[in-house]
Amino acid sequence: MTPATVLDLPMSPQAALSRPRAFVELERVTHTYGRGERQVQALMETNLRIEEGDFIALVGPSGCGKSTILKLVTGLINASSGYVYVAGREVGAEPVRVGMAFQNPTLLPWLTLLENVMLPLKIVPPFRQEYRAKRKSEFRDRIEALLSQVGLAGFSNKYPWQLSGGMMQRASLCRALIHEPQLLMLDEPFGALDQFTREELWGVMQELWMTRKPTVLLVTHDLKEAAYLANRICVMQARPGRIIDDSAVPFPRPRTIVMSYYPDFTALTQRLREMIVHAQPAKEAAP
Amino acid sequence: MNQQLRRRMGSTALIIGFFVVWEVLCLGFGVRDIVLPRPSEIVITLVSRFPGIWPHAVQTIYTTLVGFALGILFGVLIGVLIGSSRLAYDVGYPLLVGFSSIPKVAVVPIFVLWFGAGTVPAVLTAMILCIFPIVVNVATGLATTEPELEDVMRALKASKLDILINVGLPRAMPYFFASLKVAVTQAFVGTVIAETVASNKGIGNLMMIASSSFDVPLVFAGLLILAVLGVGLYVLFSFIEVRVTGWARRNDEFAMG
Ligand SMILES: Nc1ncnc2c1ncn2[C@@H]1O[C@H](COP(=O)(O)OP(=O)(O)OP(=O)(O)O)[C@@H](O)[C@H]1O
Ligand SMILES: [Mg+2]
Repeated sequence: MTPATVLDLPMSPQAALSRPRAFVELERVTHTYGRGERQVQALMETNLRIEEGDFIALVGPSGCGKSTILKLVTGLINASSGYVYVAGREVGAEPVRVGMAFQNPTLLPWLTLLENVMLPLKIVPPFRQEYRAKRKSEFRDRIEALLSQVGLAGFSNKYPWQLSGGMMQRASLCRALIHEPQLLMLDEPFGALDQFTREELWGVMQELWMTRKPTVLLVTHDLKEAAYLANRICVMQARPGRIIDDSAVPFPRPRTIVMSYYPDFTALTQRLREMIVHAQPAKEAAP
Repeated sequence: MNQQLRRRMGSTALIIGFFVVWEVLCLGFGVRDIVLPRPSEIVITLVSRFPGIWPHAVQTIYTTLVGFALGILFGVLIGVLIGSSRLAYDVGYPLLVGFSSIPKVAVVPIFVLWFGAGTVPAVLTAMILCIFPIVVNVATGLATTEPELEDVMRALKASKLDILINVGLPRAMPYFFASLKVAVTQAFVGTVIAETVASNKGIGNLMMIASSSFDVPLVFAGLLILAVLGVGLYVLFSFIEVRVTGWARRNDEFAMG
């Protein structure tokens, strides 16, 4: 595992060329939504490097641009300025399997849970070809196994509207994982879950990362979750959105829930908390 | 279930009541059957002259269904084109609106000029009358697809075609079926217009001849057949609709599979 890098500073073009590209790299990325009067600057001159197989958590106040970063890295939106590279190429062209769990579950309402989770297998190569070659029943078993891992056994024939919010979120997590992505984007994947289910899924997630070593970018509001799961935690600030801190998480793996009550663990979450609180921009007077 | 049964019985009773009131009013005010025949007279005419009416009814159904099928085919194609491309939308929509504002009776003579009197103009009239609601609804369904749902596919690097097949079309299905229910009645209108103007077969023609000889019960028998056919197709499509688009109404029967 590469050691955590300190907060990247804007570099000269030469420096950028001489340095090998990381698996995911944001270079002076600025993103503004909308035009003219209603313009919102979501992200400002942001640099971020993620090495292959790393696990990064993004934390920060609501509206600071976390989801925006994920969408930029998956190529769902294009940066207003700056560059986004994935696997050495500009985003969009890279032959990398990407899995994304959106902040809202966004399951397709006309498909059952099983069919929803099947979707990536229908689309993404090499599974796409296998899907055509009628390996569906094999896929089905795999999906059932994954669903039962997140506690959704027996729900595979339900439609999304027949599920609770937390169940939909877990299904959406399964959809992000089923095609064994090399790059995993998780936007608050455990946000709608109770404490115990959440902790259970942290365990599942950690095990998955330790065995398959995908590159993970996790957005979360739960600092304990960030410290439990990630190798590096990036703290963001709002208005304008940017990364103000990048710290390594030194705890050995596999981490356990008990560890999260150790003094150095709580010290870390405490420090992150302070940072986010202090980074809040002074309350602006109402316009 | 009980409540549903009661609702059905209520609506059936009301429909029967409508015909009963019609019958009673005609009897009570002594309305002559050359003005407005009573339902019972219409049914008697229908039954007693059935062998003469039947071939016309078959002709009308046939024409309507062929026109309707063509309407669905081209309607969906044009709708997909307009709904999935900004340029096609900007060009196609004004054209379509302009075209649909033309009274369709006016185009029948043109079709007759091109294809001769008979079945072909009727099929084409049925088609162009039913195509507009299909195109508009399919296009609307596609154009209003939630970007979040498309994002799910785009994050997987799905092609435009994959997105259309897996998200756009299923998403447009409720709109499509809603349009079919309007379109099928429109197809009947188109057929009957063309038959009235330029054909020697079909219910439209039958009614034209009947009205010119003041055979009013026969005219109404023709109308009744059209109404029944229309309702029949409407029911058929509603039935398919529930199976296919139950998700949009969170229908329990749909969820049972
Ligand atoms: N489609 C959009 N159009 C206009 N503005 C947007 C859009 N999406 C996001 N924004 C704005 O960009 C900023 C950052 O949004 P983003 O969704 O990245 O925040 P976030 O960090 O994910 O917040 P949260 O923790 O609440 O999910 C917000 O101020 C938001 O108002
Ligand atoms: Mg967000």
